Amino acid sequence: MKKRTRIILTLIALPSIALLLFLSQELLNSYYSRIITLIGIYGIMAVSLTLVNGISGVFSLGHAGFIALGAYTSALLTLSPEQKEMTFLIEKLVWPLNSIQIPFFWATIIAGLVAAVFAFLIGWPSLRLTGDYFAIATLGFSEIIRIFALNLNSITNGALGLKALPDHTNVWWAWGWLFVTVAFVLSLAYSSFGRALRAIREDRVAAQAMGINVFKHQLTAFVIGGFFAGISGSLYGHWLSTIDPRTNTFGILLTFNVLIMIVLGGLGSITGAIIGGALFAFLSEWLRFLEGPMNLLGFKIMGMSGMRMLVFSGLFVIIMIFWPRGLMGRSEFSWDGLVSVFKRGSKR
Amino acid sequence: MDPKTLLQNFVNGLSLGSLYALIAIGYTMVYGILRLINFAHGDIFMMAVYFALFFVTLAQLPWYLAAILAIACAGLLGFTVDRIAYKPIRNAPRISALITAIGVSFFLESLAVVVFSGIPRSFRTIFPQLLNEMIIIGGEMEVKYGREVIVGGIRFPVISLITLIVAAIALVFLWWFIFRTKVGMAMRAVSLDIQTTSLMGVNVDRVIGMTFALGSALAGIGGILWAIRYPQVWPYMGFIPGMKAFVAAVFGGIGSVPGAVLGGLILGITEVMMVGIMPGAAGYRDAFAFFILIIVLSIKPSGLLGRPEIVKV
Repeated sequence: MKKRTRIILTLIALPSIALLLFLSQELLNSYYSRIITLIGIYGIMAVSLTLVNGISGVFSLGHAGFIALGAYTSALLTLSPEQKEMTFLIEKLVWPLNSIQIPFFWATIIAGLVAAVFAFLIGWPSLRLTGDYFAIATLGFSEIIRIFALNLNSITNGALGLKALPDHTNVWWAWGWLFVTVAFVLSLAYSSFGRALRAIREDRVAAQAMGINVFKHQLTAFVIGGFFAGISGSLYGHWLSTIDPRTNTFGILLTFNVLIMIVLGGLGSITGAIIGGALFAFLSEWLRFLEGPMNLLGFKIMGMSGMRMLVFSGLFVIIMIFWPRGLMGRSEFSWDGLVSVFKRGSKR
Repeated sequence: MDPKTLLQNFVNGLSLGSLYALIAIGYTMVYGILRLINFAHGDIFMMAVYFALFFVTLAQLPWYLAAILAIACAGLLGFTVDRIAYKPIRNAPRISALITAIGVSFFLESLAVVVFSGIPRSFRTIFPQLLNEMIIIGGEMEVKYGREVIVGGIRFPVISLITLIVAAIALVFLWWFIFRTKVGMAMRAVSLDIQTTSLMGVNVDRVIGMTFALGSALAGIGGILWAIRYPQVWPYMGFIPGMKAFVAAVFGGIGSVPGAVLGGLILGITEVMMVGIMPGAAGYRDAFAFFILIIVLSIKPSGLLGRPEIVKV
């Protein structure tokens, strides 16, 4: 396929996605449009983690920490001063934060920047480690962030969390940011910088011998991943409308979920990450029937909560054992690939 | 801190540390052989506690029998996890093994939520009340509010003492097992060189399975003692102790069993002492272990007793 055809196809596809989103807003009820928004948010989370875990060859388990940082930062910036006065019961909120309120867009940007700064501070010491040690160190840092959120009453409102966040996150914010994230990460991944990252992933020592500064490249990738995780955190917080530092909200479970998305989509593929995020959002809603009361072969079964997570984790282990490449492997979506899939299909 | 409080904290820290040590041994043995961080170890710890709970409440077994059975079941669970999840990917890249281990941990937690429900249960009243009493040394009898009470003295819970004794017995058994039995000898050989050992006619998979079973059984002992000390049982209870024990294993030098014991004891004592000196920082005690981990990894990644890992190109 010629380059011009590909560009034209992309130029057709993007407005059609926008049109589909618009139609979904008009035609579907608010439950479905919330799920479509969630798909966009999960996409950002998964793509930002793919940049770190899939492309740059370090394995971070600290994603939930950056998402939490983003969510808290932007929530503190968008809540109105009166609302903050009402929410902070244990201790009053510290000075500059208790009297400011800024628009959602800027709050999201600042959330991303705060997460990026923390990613820098965390990556600086821990990127001297490799492999599983780095994974554990980042996991430790995300736990530290959660524990501080639990104990710093005058900033995070402790265990009570922040409530009644304005519901700024809609389909347009989520998918708009997803578009920005994907465009940025894709152009990064196919620049000389991205090739250097992949070289490090394949063979760290050889890349070093070729003159690539491993530490600098990985730190940059980690900070960019942290930035977009912060963005997704801001969107996610305003989607949830209540954030608190429990394990189920911003703890290791969230990192697990994002990890499931990128492993399902194929570790190392950006389009795979989006597909994984969409599948995860879709499946976790669809599998809700498992948790309700069921009628199985004449037996009435009570609803069992937690069943969905059991299915996901079982699926996760099975994928890792039998199908470690996931849906997309390391390849990206391309128009040529799509055409060849159809051609193969028609030949049979 | 006056000497009495210091001694009190020391005993409590030592007993907490020996719990960390019991869990850390499982991490360190598996890492020594497979170079795999067995993420699911903390969840086997949690499962052992649930087994003990249900053997007592549902099966109406006496507590000592329930404890022994639960420990055996934990060992069996560790063996099964290795057979089902880790054995098929033994030759896969290390990072996929790590991801699988995370998945197994997540699976066991979700399984516990579904089977045992996510609502925390109490472990109190299951084991003899004696274990929750206090040992008081010294102090003076005084009459307050019409009752005789002991004021002052050194006091620590009975369970601290029991934990120390049980941990010591388990460690002696482990030492005997590793250095005086044939299976133990095979374990040491496998941790040095898997391929050569298999050429010598050792069934490597069985030895690895035994290692998982042994480590998991020790985690089971740790879990039951832990639950008597902190009697809240819930599906995510294994995460923090598991992580801290891992920190202890890294601190002592991962791959080294004496290192895991040493790391566990040091971590337990410093943690209790830190809270004793700065009671205001008690909320941050879980973060403290991770700070230690970061510092150890950046200064001396091979730990106190570990050998540095050489990367061959």
